[in-house]
Amino acid sequence: MPPPTSEPVFRIRRLTRVFRMGEVEIHALRGVDLDLYQGEFVVMLGASGSGKSTLLNILGGLDKATAGEVWFRDRDLALASEAELTQFRRRHVGFVFQFYNLIPSLTARENVAIVTEIADDPMRPDEALAMVGLEERLDHFPAQMSGGEQQRVAIARAIAKNPEVLLCDEPTGALDSATGVRVLEALLDVNQRLGTTTAVITHNAAIADMADRVIRLSDGRIADVHRNATKASPRDLHW
Amino acid sequence: MRALDRKLLRNLWSLRSQGLAIALVVACGVATFVMSLASLDSLRLTQQGVYKAQRFADVFADLKRAPESLADRMREIPGVAALETRVRAPVRLRLDTFEDPITGLAISIPDGRQPELNRLFLRAGQLPDPDRGEQVLISEAFAEAHGLKPGDQLAMIVNGRLQRLTLAGIALSPEFIYQIRPGDLFPDFSRYAVVWMNRSALAAAFGMEGAFNSLSLTLSPRHEAAPVIDALDLLLQPWGSLGAHDRNDQLSHRYLEQELEQLDGMARFLPMIFIGVAAFLLNVVAARLIRTQREQIGVLKAFGYGNLRIASHYLALVLAVVAIGSLTGVIAGAWLAGLLGALYQDFFRFPWLQFRLQPATAVLAVAIAGGATLAGTLSAVRAAFRLPPAEAMRPESPPRYRRTLVERLGVGRFLSQPSRMILRNLERQPIKSLLSVLGIALAVAILVLTGFQQGSVNHMLDVQFRLAQQQDLTVTFVEPVSQRAIHELAALPGVRHAEGFRVAPAILRNGHREHRGSLQGYQADSRLFAVLDDQLQPIPLAEGGLMMTDHLAGMLGVGPGDMVQVQIQEGRRARLDIPVAGLVTEYVGVGAYLPQQTLNRLLREGPAVSGAFLSVAPEALAGLHRRLESLPRVAGVSLRERAIQSFRELMDESVMVFTLFAMALAGSIAFAVVYNSARIALAERSRELASLRVLGFTRAETAYVLLGELVVLTLAAIAPGFAIGAGFTWLLTRAMETDLYRVPMILTADTFALSAAVVLGATMLSSLLIANRLRRLDMVSALKASE
Repeated sequence: MPPPTSEPVFRIRRLTRVFRMGEVEIHALRGVDLDLYQGEFVVMLGASGSGKSTLLNILGGLDKATAGEVWFRDRDLALASEAELTQFRRRHVGFVFQFYNLIPSLTARENVAIVTEIADDPMRPDEALAMVGLEERLDHFPAQMSGGEQQRVAIARAIAKNPEVLLCDEPTGALDSATGVRVLEALLDVNQRLGTTTAVITHNAAIADMADRVIRLSDGRIADVHRNATKASPRDLHW
Repeated sequence: MRALDRKLLRNLWSLRSQGLAIALVVACGVATFVMSLASLDSLRLTQQGVYKAQRFADVFADLKRAPESLADRMREIPGVAALETRVRAPVRLRLDTFEDPITGLAISIPDGRQPELNRLFLRAGQLPDPDRGEQVLISEAFAEAHGLKPGDQLAMIVNGRLQRLTLAGIALSPEFIYQIRPGDLFPDFSRYAVVWMNRSALAAAFGMEGAFNSLSLTLSPRHEAAPVIDALDLLLQPWGSLGAHDRNDQLSHRYLEQELEQLDGMARFLPMIFIGVAAFLLNVVAARLIRTQREQIGVLKAFGYGNLRIASHYLALVLAVVAIGSLTGVIAGAWLAGLLGALYQDFFRFPWLQFRLQPATAVLAVAIAGGATLAGTLSAVRAAFRLPPAEAMRPESPPRYRRTLVERLGVGRFLSQPSRMILRNLERQPIKSLLSVLGIALAVAILVLTGFQQGSVNHMLDVQFRLAQQQDLTVTFVEPVSQRAIHELAALPGVRHAEGFRVAPAILRNGHREHRGSLQGYQADSRLFAVLDDQLQPIPLAEGGLMMTDHLAGMLGVGPGDMVQVQIQEGRRARLDIPVAGLVTEYVGVGAYLPQQTLNRLLREGPAVSGAFLSVAPEALAGLHRRLESLPRVAGVSLRERAIQSFRELMDESVMVFTLFAMALAGSIAFAVVYNSARIALAERSRELASLRVLGFTRAETAYVLLGELVVLTLAAIAPGFAIGAGFTWLLTRAMETDLYRVPMILTADTFALSAAVVLGATMLSSLLIANRLRRLDMVSALKASE
């Protein structure tokens, strides 16, 4: 558990995101203030439309704020150019998605290598895959693996570059409960062993119990921030 | 509006750039088809229209001199509808503004009136005044070449006497639509002219008062030419007739027919290839495009829409694209055909051009292109129907990949992951990759096909003028003269070498096949003239027989060792049987060659010559032709280099423009194919590419994965494209073969390089456009949607 006094990795102030759909304006985020700290495991809960995905996308440099500040350490991502955001993703962020987004034409090892080849100080692909328990499946193609295995390849791919933050968008959303637990275990393991700041967004409240902090979003605002006194092990989670 | 129709409109809009690319292929295929067939059709229509309106004669005869009283006896021949006698005289012309020798043909018209047959079309000015002997009309091609207009002056040498003339007008005649000097291979508008003048004036100048040396006639309905020709020959034989002949041996008509025949070959063949290629590409592209709609089809089926309803929906989508392409193609094709027709008028001097686009031509073009597109669409739609809706709605199951052959060979270690992606993608769908390669290869092939002519024409000229004929100047005499004339020519300043030749007009026959041409007798040890074998090596003339152009041998159905019946058309009109000694290769014209001495012997004459080849010091060339012109027995002088140059200019203006149009169309097809391949690949792989962008790949790195595949496909297509193009070209040269030309199949490095460059350029342009689209790749939504 990180000391609350440690330097925040992300410092978000008055973050607003407005989507313009023709004549209609959709306020996805309406002035969010939030800090994320080094090494903490955060779960963001919210119904669909609450703004949690928009927040994650902005944190990951996939989207830009309409107004407000998004500081990653000493850099304001709100002012970054498209090319700077690409470099930001490349150096600092690991992503895990609901639908894995593996490259079907590459094996597990190669799916990891595609990231390590462009990273500054990566681990070896087989090392990253071993961390998620896939040392036996190195040369399998996505089509030859189960959903849980594919998601663990995605986690290995995300952590192999030794990112500072790991952003996970519904990582268990496409998986059954037992497989989901294995994926969560892998995420927690990485968080604890590497100290990677990890943010998981989900609408599955059961997952909240394993987090250091739980942030509830509702209607584009932070509704509630809750610190778990004791963290549950993923194995004890059921849904 | 029904919801499905609304969807149709929106689909059309969202697929607009791919739709436009498909429409472009349809348009190019249709335009080539319409352009070629409509321009040919228009030329044919114009030919018939001009012949009829200008009363082009059916039978012609030239002779030495006959009294005018003979005309009435000829008019009594059964089958003769109208007959007109006239005077024809070889002349030389001089313009103050032009140094080169100009030869021409002066033809009489009734004093101050239109002739009854072969009526003239006056482009400018008027007919000569009946009382003004110095007023003449001149052929339009020559007038244009020199910028002459009515009122201009020129000098004419007829029968060795100089006459000052005034241009009364500029005219066109159905007899000279293809205006070429007899014996020449190509038209030379600057150095050959047709002059029409009052009969009384020309007869006086040429010593033909009360006489004629040329006639033409039309046949009564339902009368054949042959009996009339026989009767004419009988009547005219005592008067030095060269033999009456029908239109088929009329110089302009014969050349025009052959040019049209050649054009016909090209106009029928080329668009077939184009539209065939377009059809193939449309089939492939339409099928791929529809395949990207698989999920939508699943959704519509889930809603309860029937197969027929959905199929008609997609067919309507594709029909709209075909309609846009067809309409553009027909309009562009008709427009290009009009332009081409106007350009062909430089070659074929028609007084006017009638344009015709037969509806059937347009309909056929649209049917072929549209049919192929719809067939491709249907096959893809059918494939989507076979799936149950639930399965169609799901993304296609993750494709199975494996290590490629290249990697298994051990090269894999050196490949980056993106390069692996490119290779595995290509190998995973071998059929699709092959079709893409074939599509691009076909685009290369049609470029090769349209580009080959330049190389071939150059080769033709090289063979004819550098290997076969190396004289700088050719002198022809009014009548055969003694060999002594050659010594006189050789003694002129600047002449390095002179050698005589003997040409005798003759009809060559084998059974019922005949060819009206000449026997050409050249020096056996000539330094300026050679006949070539099929390897283009000079071969000696044979003492005992004819060396014959392979094409002429084919026309007569004879080979080496066979006998040919020859009827000489001058002097005592000997009938001879001469064996074929060998075949020679010539791309232009047809000829039958033998040593001059042999020909002299067969003609039972001394060492007579009808002309001479001269090799001349370049600096002396200009002065020499003036000298030659003043010699009374010289009928004409022609300069080799100038002839080549003017032919090239003519080719550049007309035939090459056709090639240019075709190349532009082929280039458009190439672009549309490559662009569509890339667009569909982008649609199919947007999710994968977005994932790469999310992982921190730059735009350039992402573009590499997509465009690398395109480049590999294009590079793989070039060599097969060359091969297919060579095949197409071979077929085209066969389709274009005539007596006049055999266009050799010469594919130069230039042609290949240009074709490759155009396709690579199309790939570059497509890449730029696609790279620009990658900029707009929506990373977030590509990650959300499951496909």
